[in-house]
Amino acid sequence: MISRFANPARFMRISTTALPWCGWLTLAVVGLGLFLALVTTPPDYQQGESVRIMYIHVPAAWMALSVYLFIAVASGVALVWRHPLAEIAAGAAAPIGAAFTFVCLATGSLWGRPMWGTWWVWDARLTSVLVLFFLYLGYIALVNAFDEPGRGAKAGSVLALVGVVNLPIIKFSVDWWNTLHQPASVMRLGGPRIDPSMLTPLLVMAAGFLLLFLTLLLLGMRAALNERKALALRLNSVPAPGAAARRERPVPAQSSLR
Amino acid sequence: MIGDLGRYLAMDGYAAFVWPAYGVALAVLGALAWHSWRRYRASTEALEKLQHEFPTRR
Repeated sequence: MISRFANPARFMRISTTALPWCGWLTLAVVGLGLFLALVTTPPDYQQGESVRIMYIHVPAAWMALSVYLFIAVASGVALVWRHPLAEIAAGAAAPIGAAFTFVCLATGSLWGRPMWGTWWVWDARLTSVLVLFFLYLGYIALVNAFDEPGRGAKAGSVLALVGVVNLPIIKFSVDWWNTLHQPASVMRLGGPRIDPSMLTPLLVMAAGFLLLFLTLLLLGMRAALNERKALALRLNSVPAPGAAARRERPVPAQSSLR
Repeated sequence: MIGDLGRYLAMDGYAAFVWPAYGVALAVLGALAWHSWRRYRASTEALEKLQHEFPTRR
């Protein structure tokens, strides 16, 4: 089934329809989430109004981890089955994951200052998320460090797979070590330990962030496919009569497309 | 009414933390969305121009 949908031409056709839906749905769900988070939810009995940072911080953290997992799976598919679309998906997801990780770190810092009395502390959870952020940056730098996109993507795929070891460290850091960060209160055995009046906006914002990821992923993948197609055209096409005289043909270099 | 709005914006004394948190998220994700859209438009236009200049034999 994967190979049926993983055909670049079919992807372009399906994503042409899906992209506007994803975009408008993202705006609607994020808008609803912001309304719930900023207007209808009650303040926390201990943290007061500062708890509203949670509705950004926690969904961003979930996305930071999920997007990395997505990149790792796509990288695995790219390495094993050598599918160019998997490579492109991983490459397009990386800046989105890095942005979510940055938002998670920044909002966490802004929440930490009033609640813990410090902007930053080198505890296991915060440090491992910072490592995740650097893994994202390293992946993006590595993928773009080669003239030939295929080689960069391959090196990036290996890095992405090695970096997966950081994900369980992040998830269980709050259980394995004595951290200032609180342990899980939503994704835990025995169900969420959070009131529905706060859980609902949290889940709506999470859905909004997921839709935002999908929208930006489709945009990024379509842009990358366009760019690769343009490169292939420049390198391989026979110029149309008339156009040839006007345009100097580029020097044929090694094609980056397998 | 204005007093209510002021009280709401003050976030019970946490305004300096709550609003920057939402601001950072909006700025970072908004900038990424804007950049992604620009790159997508530019790549589509560049490809269309190339396809016009170098028609493929398909």
